[in-house]
Amino acid sequence: MAMAMAMAMVQHSRRAPLAVTLAAGATAALLAALVALVSAVLWSTLEPAERQAVQAILLPRWPLLLLGIAAGAAAVAAVVPALFERWIVAPARLLEHIGILLSTDSRPSWPDGPRSVLRDLAASVDQLATQRDQLKSDMSRQVLAASFGIEQERNRLAALMSELQQSVVVCNLDGRILLYNSRAKLQFRALSNAPKLADGAEMIGLGRSIYAVFDRNVVAHALERVHQQMQRGALHPSAQFVTSTALGQLLRARMAAVRAGPAALPALGGLPSVEAIDSFVLLLDDITDEYERQSERDRLLHGLTDGSRGSLANLNTAVELLDDPALQADMRDRLINVVREEAQAMVRRLDDLTRRNTESLTNQWPLDDMLGADFVQAARSRIESATGVRSSDSVVAVALWLRLDSFSLMQAMVHLASRLRDEFGIKFVQLRLQAADDVRAHLDLIWQGPSVSTETVMSWELDPMSSNGEPGLLTIRDVITRHGGEFWFERDRVRQQVFFRFLLPRAAPGLEQQDGGTFVRNDSRPEFFDFNLFASTVLGRELEDRPLASLAYTVFDTETTGLDPSGGDEIIQIGATRIVNGKLLNSECFEQIINPQRPISEASILIHGITPDRLAGQPTLDAVLPAFRAYADDTVLVAHNAAFDMRFLQLKEAQTGVSFNLPVLDTLLLSAVVHPNQASHRLEAIAERFGINVIGRHTALGDAMVTAEVLIKLIPLLADQGIVTLGQARAAAQKTWFARLKY
Amino acid sequence: MTCKILIADDEPNILISLEYLMKREGFDVVVARDGQQAIDAVRRERPRLVLLDVMMPRKSGFEVCQELRADEQIKDTLVLMLTAKGRETDSAKGLGVGADAYVTKPFSTNELVRKVRSMLAGDGDGDGDGDGAA
Repeated sequence: MAMAMAMAMVQHSRRAPLAVTLAAGATAALLAALVALVSAVLWSTLEPAERQAVQAILLPRWPLLLLGIAAGAAAVAAVVPALFERWIVAPARLLEHIGILLSTDSRPSWPDGPRSVLRDLAASVDQLATQRDQLKSDMSRQVLAASFGIEQERNRLAALMSELQQSVVVCNLDGRILLYNSRAKLQFRALSNAPKLADGAEMIGLGRSIYAVFDRNVVAHALERVHQQMQRGALHPSAQFVTSTALGQLLRARMAAVRAGPAALPALGGLPSVEAIDSFVLLLDDITDEYERQSERDRLLHGLTDGSRGSLANLNTAVELLDDPALQADMRDRLINVVREEAQAMVRRLDDLTRRNTESLTNQWPLDDMLGADFVQAARSRIESATGVRSSDSVVAVALWLRLDSFSLMQAMVHLASRLRDEFGIKFVQLRLQAADDVRAHLDLIWQGPSVSTETVMSWELDPMSSNGEPGLLTIRDVITRHGGEFWFERDRVRQQVFFRFLLPRAAPGLEQQDGGTFVRNDSRPEFFDFNLFASTVLGRELEDRPLASLAYTVFDTETTGLDPSGGDEIIQIGATRIVNGKLLNSECFEQIINPQRPISEASILIHGITPDRLAGQPTLDAVLPAFRAYADDTVLVAHNAAFDMRFLQLKEAQTGVSFNLPVLDTLLLSAVVHPNQASHRLEAIAERFGINVIGRHTALGDAMVTAEVLIKLIPLLADQGIVTLGQARAAAQKTWFARLKY
Repeated sequence: MTCKILIADDEPNILISLEYLMKREGFDVVVARDGQQAIDAVRRERPRLVLLDVMMPRKSGFEVCQELRADEQIKDTLVLMLTAKGRETDSAKGLGVGADAYVTKPFSTNELVRKVRSMLAGDGDGDGDGDGAA
């Protein structure tokens, strides 16, 4: 643009002298004509005598006359260019100058010259332009700072979310997931019909619909309630629902609405009438255990009360009648028999109750899962800092998880250590942690020295523990009760040791222990949020018309036993990853080995590297395809040489009932569209052209990842060719020569 | 005149006592050991009052009560429900399906007798004639 302007200017200045010359000539000619005309008119008014007199005066002096006229014309010709330059050319140049200032970022300076109105005008314009530039750069600096701040806030939020122990999912009003945390991922995996398959990856993902998990109507109803509360002006509108899953778990979801920010409100009328909800947050709890415990408790309680009532009624009535002096002997015997039977029935009922897990009848203090070794470590340093009693580990079981109220238990340990110090002068203790059985563990506080009498222990157990020198309310007994545990004192005569023993509950193997290893797949923080999805409300736009850059893709690859699906070759591995809003979601991969239920050839093992021993215990395609279909739901399928993979999938439709009726894009064909003159469109070749680092080629997931990166690079190149929408991309792919190749 | 009473309960140990008790009070006593028997006995014997246990096999006391009330011939039979279910919701249901009185186990025999007498005297709340003497 700036270039074109400059060119125009050059041409202009070259033309200027010619124009000036022409203008000067024309002015001179006009002047001459005017003189001639005036002379002719004058001439015509003269009498013949006067004409002769004028002729007599002028004719002898004609050279002088001619000279005068010529001088006049020359003077005009000399003045006109200057005037032209000043009043025509210079303003035009100023106009061009302003044009450049307006449309480009270059700042040509106005040539210095003698002071004139025009020069001052140019200087003012330049000043205005400078002011504008400053404003512009200020603005962009502020925008940059603001977006950096937002970026930071987002990252902080994501970090916070990932640390939360509660499942959090944020959705937009379409139910698309904008954010979830790792806990939610674990929980959703537990919801999967096939949690063992590919890590249950089909359940949760950015941009996925929450309605795959929750009934749309249930969520809509909750939203409706939240909305009603907002209309009533409730401060914290929220709703709650409990839903059961396919596997019979109970999930409690608490919903809070995210109100649209002030920017989203129409600026009319001042008062925002009813605020709009623009997304909602779900906090999820698996209450299956809690509920079962409650029900069991309820059941036991009712068994106890209702059952006892019956027996007591029988007993009571019989006993009251036994007082009747008129009672016959046989009736008396029968009544005594009733009393005996009912008393025995009550004994049986009580026995039965005790035999059952009475855990659920004890008070449930909220306990946290904690790695036992961590607790021992913390307790030791706390004992040393609070009491000065030194300590060491005796035996500490590794990977033993406890269910603890760690604060109160820590307090109990410190309390015991300080009493040992104060009353027996103990300066050194040992801590020991061992599994007692599958559900309980022993935590021992060991010391060497005088044995403590049982009475002493009992009194210690019931004395309020002091904390920081102040008497507290809690006793060791209370702490034990909280844990549903026990506490006693033992002597080990062989080792000459004495110890207090805490019997504590172990954590059920569950989520916590898995947490550690779940997300180490890549170093970067997994992409658990994408707020750009806020805007992605699809207003009835057909998929075909949507831009490629805005679609969600499932990029996949299969490894197979051979190249001939109709000849009996089978899929033995599916790997897939997702692209949402142009971002590759590394943390939402699908990877599953499949038992083909047929021998695999040595030749194919060389390619995919999956040996027969790795197939043992793996699920069959019947189990995997439904999970993969769920994973791919609502997305565009992408594969390199998709026809091949699709063929395998389609041949299984009848057998598995799973139909892959999704739009398909083929990176091989798209590559041919973008680079028609390249010899090779093999995945390696394309990856090399695009500078994509290839790792793990010929594992399904590895290839899927490379294919995904290729697709991301292809989208802008396609756009350069005017191929923007899915429909256009599919049409272009069809047209390429490769499209005619059929497997 | 002797008044006929039906005692419906599946527990023999309470039947023994209740049967003796009511006979001693001078009532004509019929017994039934499940819900269906209770219905049949009411239709056959036309007792003035039924001592009806809630938890019975075949038909619960609630069902029996509803069936009684639905039948023109026997709908005026007095029903005193006996139950080991102590929750308020249960007594509400009992009265809801048409019982005239509801007694939670365990109960005192004197109370029960007084209640039965007052119901038979046409005074629903059980404290009317105070005739509980054995």
